[in-house]
Amino acid sequence: MTMEKHRPLLRTLAWVIPVAIALLAAPHVVGPFQTLTLLYGLVFGIAVLGFNLLLGYTGLLSFGHSAYFGAGAYTVAFMVKYFKVASMELFLAGSVLISVIISLLFGVVCVRYTRIFFGILTLALSQVLWSLAFKFFWVTGGTDGLRVPTPSLLGAAPLADKMEFLAFQYYYYVLAVFTVCVIVMWVIVHSPFGKALQAIRDNETRAEFIGIRIRRYRLIAFVVSGAFAGLAGALWAPLNGLATPDVLVWTFSGEIVFMAVLGGFNSFIGPIVGAVAFTYLKTYAVGFTVYWQLLLGTVLVVLVLALPKGIMGMVELLVAKVRRSR
Amino acid sequence: MDFLLIHGLNALLYSSVLFLIAGGLSLIYGVMRILNLAHGSLYAIGAYVTAWSIGAAAAAGAPNAVLLLLLPAGAIAAAAVGAVLEPTLLRPFYKRPEEYQLLVTFGLLMILEDLIHLVWGPNPLSAGRVYESFGSITISGARYPAYNLAVIAVGIIAALFLWAFIYRTRFGVVLRATSQNMRMASALGVNVNRIYIQAFTIGCFMAGLGGAIVVPGQSAVLGMGVDALILAFVVVVIGGLGSLEGAFAGALIVGFVREAGVALFPEVELAVLYLIAAIVLFVRPAGLFGRA
Repeated sequence: MTMEKHRPLLRTLAWVIPVAIALLAAPHVVGPFQTLTLLYGLVFGIAVLGFNLLLGYTGLLSFGHSAYFGAGAYTVAFMVKYFKVASMELFLAGSVLISVIISLLFGVVCVRYTRIFFGILTLALSQVLWSLAFKFFWVTGGTDGLRVPTPSLLGAAPLADKMEFLAFQYYYYVLAVFTVCVIVMWVIVHSPFGKALQAIRDNETRAEFIGIRIRRYRLIAFVVSGAFAGLAGALWAPLNGLATPDVLVWTFSGEIVFMAVLGGFNSFIGPIVGAVAFTYLKTYAVGFTVYWQLLLGTVLVVLVLALPKGIMGMVELLVAKVRRSR
Repeated sequence: MDFLLIHGLNALLYSSVLFLIAGGLSLIYGVMRILNLAHGSLYAIGAYVTAWSIGAAAAAGAPNAVLLLLLPAGAIAAAAVGAVLEPTLLRPFYKRPEEYQLLVTFGLLMILEDLIHLVWGPNPLSAGRVYESFGSITISGARYPAYNLAVIAVGIIAALFLWAFIYRTRFGVVLRATSQNMRMASALGVNVNRIYIQAFTIGCFMAGLGGAIVVPGQSAVLGMGVDALILAFVVVVIGGLGSLEGAFAGALIVGFVREAGVALFPEVELAVLYLIAAIVLFVRPAGLFGRA
């Protein structure tokens, strides 16, 4: 009886524990290059996890998440340049604050709309930030971007060797933040608030009838989503060493959407799987050919045509097949 | 006074090109309810094909008149690409949620951008000889390139043609009927698939024409399509998605604001445009001419 009750938990632990062990062991097993690629994947994972609160759980497709990611990254760069801050914890706090403010401002406008208009509006507003970063080059460094040195973690000075710092100290730091983010998002989507969002997604009118204040819920989801993206941007900045307008431009928002669809936006962990898979895919595609966009674009089109539920959808299908055959 | 006149002409020049791009985007959305993220790439294809064919003809020693005749090549090429894309890539998506339509056109954007890079290489292509062959005229003491006036004329003529086409022909009636109610039109015997392919081709033709007429004045460069798409978005958001009148008004507003911005407040010129778009949406959610 007790076994029956704990079955879902046991089943979750059955894959969470191996994955956690693999993530913890990764820097010691694979080389620094692989570790860094994985690190980028985890950072994007946080952003896409936030993005998917809107797409997967609220049914809103944002084409402007580069704005909040970029806001996070630029906040770090500004804190370094103008306030001489070096503490990663302050960076994270500052970036979340700024991305919350920006997503609140943009969100108030955007959540009045749904579907395609929501997409265009988020896209257009994100480009305001991009154009400012691009034009005010004496503040933002323009297309050259702003340098972000290695930060201090928990007050401890970073290792002298940058590669070593990133592949070990910083990796575990990001892994810890990542774990916290996954837990927080898990709690959010399984809370009454998360259920209300899903109700809004599935039927707006009914949700309104049972007393859900749709716009307010959407706005909160928008801001939480932006905060996750901003946090990811802050983690990305020291990793990349440079905050550039590339992460503000709308095609980067497109990549975030790509990651969510690649992993499968109907599943909780789909966005994370998609972010890691996309990072590997892009890293190898860029190394393989200058026409990597052609390659990735084709992957996207084929994916949307043939596998709209992404990697996790495929896994679920396989699992179901194996179960049935047993 | 001259200063204002020159800037006014520049604004009209810019509006003409914007109208061609945004009008095509809006037409496609109005009829098919598809927001084509790759629309800017078709504009880029128009520019590249025209620049490339004019460049090739000029190298072969063709006279200026022949070069001028080659100008529409880009528009025709873009229309041909559109006619192939709609039935092959977009048709499977009409019954699926629009998120997927956005995604597939985003994939298409990535593919087309790199194909342009693959075919024409990383260097800009220009067709400056056509621009120079027009010479310049003197407007109250100031010299102004005559080619720019030709572009403005093309923009106005295109707008008139389109208006006549949609509101004064039988095809236009069918097109508007399909746009209002696709099922009903289909039930009344309209071949919706054919209307869709025609509308998409016309939209792409307009984008390609925009690229073709822009390229003598400025070179075809990588990434031009992505930049143009964003401005076209601003135009249709201001004017109302799916409305041609809206695209026309939006293009004029964006053209003039942008020209004023370049002259008066260059740093925030783009930000001001987006701000206007946001304000319009706040006041009139469906845009100036849109039906909610």
